Amino acid sequence: MTQSKADELATSPTTEAPRAPVEAPATGGRGRFAALGQGLQQLLAFGTLIALLIFFSIAGANFLTVSNLSSILLSTAVIGILAVGTTFVIITGGIDLSLGTAMTLCSVITGLLLTKVGLPLSLGVLGGIAAGALIGAINGFNVAYLRLPPFIATLAMMLVAQGLALVLSGVKPIYFSKVEGFSSISLGNILPRIPNAVLILFGLAIVGGVILRKTILGRMTYAIGSNEEATRLSGINTRRWVLAIYTLAGVATGIAGVVLASRLNSAQPQLGVGYELQAIAAVIIGGTSLLGGRGSILGTLIGALIMSVLINGLRIMAIQPEWQTVVVGLVVLVAVFADNLRKRRAEGGGRV
Amino acid sequence: MTQVLKVEGISKGFPGVQALDDVHLELDRGEVLALVGENGAGKSTLMKILSGIYRMDSGRILIDGDEVDIAGPKAAQDLGISIIHQEMNLMPHLTVAQNIYIGREPRTGPWLQEAKLNRRTRELLDDLGIHLSPKRLVGELTVAQQQMVEIAKALSFERTKILIMDEPTSAISLSETEVLFRLIRSLRDRGVGIVYISHRMEELRQIADRVTVLRDGQYVGTRPMEEVEDGDIIAMMVGRELSAKWEARLEGTAEREVVFAVRGLSTKALLQDVSFELHRGEILGFAGLIGAGRTETARAIIGADPMSAGAVVVNGREVRITGPDVAVKHGIGYLPEDRKRHGLMLEQDVAFNVAMASLRDSRGPLGVLRQGRTRKVADRFIQSLRIKTPSSRSTVKNLSGGNQQKVVIAKWLARNCDVLIFDEPTRGIDVGAKEEIYKLLHELATQGKAIIMISSELPEVLRLSDRIVVMSEGRVTGTLNGDGADQETIMKLATQNIEVEAA
Repeated sequence: MTQSKADELATSPTTEAPRAPVEAPATGGRGRFAALGQGLQQLLAFGTLIALLIFFSIAGANFLTVSNLSSILLSTAVIGILAVGTTFVIITGGIDLSLGTAMTLCSVITGLLLTKVGLPLSLGVLGGIAAGALIGAINGFNVAYLRLPPFIATLAMMLVAQGLALVLSGVKPIYFSKVEGFSSISLGNILPRIPNAVLILFGLAIVGGVILRKTILGRMTYAIGSNEEATRLSGINTRRWVLAIYTLAGVATGIAGVVLASRLNSAQPQLGVGYELQAIAAVIIGGTSLLGGRGSILGTLIGALIMSVLINGLRIMAIQPEWQTVVVGLVVLVAVFADNLRKRRAEGGGRV
Repeated sequence: MTQVLKVEGISKGFPGVQALDDVHLELDRGEVLALVGENGAGKSTLMKILSGIYRMDSGRILIDGDEVDIAGPKAAQDLGISIIHQEMNLMPHLTVAQNIYIGREPRTGPWLQEAKLNRRTRELLDDLGIHLSPKRLVGELTVAQQQMVEIAKALSFERTKILIMDEPTSAISLSETEVLFRLIRSLRDRGVGIVYISHRMEELRQIADRVTVLRDGQYVGTRPMEEVEDGDIIAMMVGRELSAKWEARLEGTAEREVVFAVRGLSTKALLQDVSFELHRGEILGFAGLIGAGRTETARAIIGADPMSAGAVVVNGREVRITGPDVAVKHGIGYLPEDRKRHGLMLEQDVAFNVAMASLRDSRGPLGVLRQGRTRKVADRFIQSLRIKTPSSRSTVKNLSGGNQQKVVIAKWLARNCDVLIFDEPTRGIDVGAKEEIYKLLHELATQGKAIIMISSELPEVLRLSDRIVVMSEGRVTGTLNGDGADQETIMKLATQNIEVEAA
């Protein structure tokens, strides 16, 4: 059943406007259809999400309960926050592999600031987020100014952050039990029944969406991903913007670190590896192209929800965790395939 | 002469568009047939059917009088049809020989016989009169030399009797074109039938025996080249007479103030002591062969590439330009040669692209972008530059070459640039749209913009320029007055200091 939904996702491009491989005349409505196509892709991801929800509600007895739905949302929070940040990086055509361990490092730094240094709660949290921003800025500097390929630059950062997290923590978890109010950052309920972590996720998604769609920074994100050289020749200092975009992703990483630590009420230095891939998977499922130039925060949010609904549902149906991972892997495969299919159609256009 | 290829009543439709409608084509052995038509006329669809990429809906294809079914690219090759696409399909990290015989390498068992491969390639190249070493890496060759490799590859299939060339000269210089034409003529003399697609009328004059014209997917007619005037062909292509030339621009632009000057510009790689002045309201043409340093000059001026010496003077003040962002601040806009790679975001819409260089004007508080404003600006230019597009929301990818170029122009006009550097402004644009671009350049100059126009098409340079700077081997070899210049003088200056090319 899930597979058939996945198939639906894979065949989604056929429902797009016909990108006829013809030498289109200057006029015609294909431009409008192309825009519609992107909306359709999001709609389809959303449809998949709804289909999954319906399926698990019928198949799993305890799925459709308030507490389970709230736990799905809670489990989406960390991945979702990371994914929102890294959506920007991926739209520029870059990639950030350091998300997971950098998040851990931010957790650890927050822990040290609050327990060892004894800073007040707000400053400790800000410190953790600032650490994330700094890591992002370093990534951005390496990519934009030293011209390292994003894959390599962030792979290196992934290892550095992992090592630093272990060194700084002495390879032991840091517990926040004595820090009053820390755990309620994630687990408190400003709104009844909804954990704050979820509010943070949705708040960030809204802010991220507005930045991406409505600000110059967002415009630059798309422009650089579409064609970096053309952007540069338009008289834009692209390096500065790339630096800013990675820094922004770093801020999200820092926030994710704080949210995760608060949810666990501890900073676990061993945790973190693998989160980056889940976040990237969520972005891709949400229809953002790994080749850059297109994507949306809403799509990413839906992508992250699809992943956690899938995992939660399979768990409720008592599928072994090993198989859950396999299914997520397949979903990513299908999503990338769908993106490729769309792209091939788009590029099939002939010219004279 | 015997007929080698006959296409009868081919039709091909795509959802929403009839790309080909009852099209005919006849090609004799040992003939060069020019195939012309505006973008969208159906040339490339026809070529793709002949090379087995598309299947036709109806019609017949006869080779040597027998009806054939071209089921795929392999079938086309087996039938003796080879095609040279506009874009190169070569592997830059392999040698000439390795590229030509890719997938058909001589070998014993699993072992490649590199020596035999090179020998065979050597023979092929000698036979064709192409002077290239089989062992050279393709990535190190010039575009023209790569073109030669493509041709050699197409002819390395022994069956090849029909060769289709899709705008083979669009990226090579005049002298290289001569070499290419020599090659084409020798192929023709051997009995190969050649279909030659090009937009350049003067080339067709030199090389083609007959011309077949398509328009909007329909067959318009076939004429012997000697019997038609250029104007007739253009009229067949566009289905109307082109408007006559506009009146000459006001005399005396040279006496106007100098708004922009370059002094002693040099780069590490190529340029040496390049100097020139640009007046308000003037079009300064830049002529020269490919690789003469014209694009390099433009890129160094705007700081896209570093200069090792020299000065740029804007409105009498020397400025230091460290990058395109600084150039823009001084009102200098660059419209690159390769629009698609360097000038546009193809996936984005018209308004997005037009606003690219002038986002600052649409910035609200907190970096919020006023998109209503960018659309209004785009709409204004869609109207004033006569950009044919359904709306400012249309994806640029779907516009024709001429209209894409106008979008790039709008981008710089929106930024209020006073100095505009056009690099090959009409490359890959069809005849009708070229006129539009010319008119636009003329209007911009009349409005007082100072324009540098780099072009490899001499008629274009001669027609539009008030003055012409000729470059060769990284140096300025002469500056001519527009009305005193002719093709011969320019070519002489353009080939100064150059050893006769090996190719």
